Amino acid sequence: MLEKGAKAPNFELNATPDQRVSLADFKGKNVILAFYPADWSPVCSDQMALYNETMKFFSKYNAQVIGISVDSVWCHLAFSQNRNLHFPLLADFEPKGEVSKAFGVYDELVGESKRALFVIDKEGNIAWSYLSPTAINPGADGILDALEQLEKD
Amino acid sequence: MSTLKPAVNNDDHIEGSLSAPVEIVEFGDYQCPYCRQAYPIIKDIQVLFEGQIKFIFRNFPLAELHQYAFLAAQSAEAAALQGKFWEMHDAIYENQARLSDDLFLELAGGLGLDLEKFKQDVASAEVKEKVEGDFESGVRSGVNGTPSFYVNGEKFDGGAIDLRNMLNESAE
Repeated sequence: MLEKGAKAPNFELNATPDQRVSLADFKGKNVILAFYPADWSPVCSDQMALYNETMKFFSKYNAQVIGISVDSVWCHLAFSQNRNLHFPLLADFEPKGEVSKAFGVYDELVGESKRALFVIDKEGNIAWSYLSPTAINPGADGILDALEQLEKD
Repeated sequence: MSTLKPAVNNDDHIEGSLSAPVEIVEFGDYQCPYCRQAYPIIKDIQVLFEGQIKFIFRNFPLAELHQYAFLAAQSAEAAALQGKFWEMHDAIYENQARLSDDLFLELAGGLGLDLEKFKQDVASAEVKEKVEGDFESGVRSGVNGTPSFYVNGEKFDGGAIDLRNMLNESAE
């Protein structure tokens, strides 16, 4: 897993069937990359739903949150509409898990991304990373602490 | 381990004896079905461990997911300004299945609140700030879903039933 100080590998993935998003698009902004195993976890403690509610805290630190899983764009589209999400979900779908592997957070055994967080600074360097147990939603406090620290540095 | 930020203070709604040794804080959403399931279990805990625990509720409305969550939180806070927070908190959970824009006024009427004042307070900046302040405290405290519980300031890894089991075990 890539850690603090490493350069974040650039990537370009589909956010919707006809829109591609690359990390370089966000140069000048802090980026929160949230890798997660799969869309449609059946609870209110859904990690993406939580970040949807905490976006206003992230934007105070000029940070954009992006979700990444191996689900397809069509699955993301339905999930995003169902949960009323206001940030992009990227499909690490083809070649499967390529970006998750580049960040060192692909679970080969189950064929899904691990539940991992990266805060990437405005120059594209990793400022903080965190690997969460797969079953546990890591919340947003670690992200906010990392963004706060970035502002102090 | 995530800890409660800020600690329980005068802005909180506290049920039970202030001197009780065990402090349980719930971050809850009035439209969340899991919070509804937790509600009678918390009541049970309050009876079982009367005098030993105090219970605090902070608002964590998932407003993008639950249409009435924020209005429900505002309604409970508005009732608090007339001394009826817990009555409204309980009434909303008991009527969760029929949440609507009109329900809160009906419940306020049932509790004998001054309805004009209630309406004003629901829409006030003060009440909105209280709900948003609770939400931010939850985010800072590592709330990752609802309900989330904190026992004596430490995040509790489990739901209401786990909480009851833990208390039962520590009482043995």
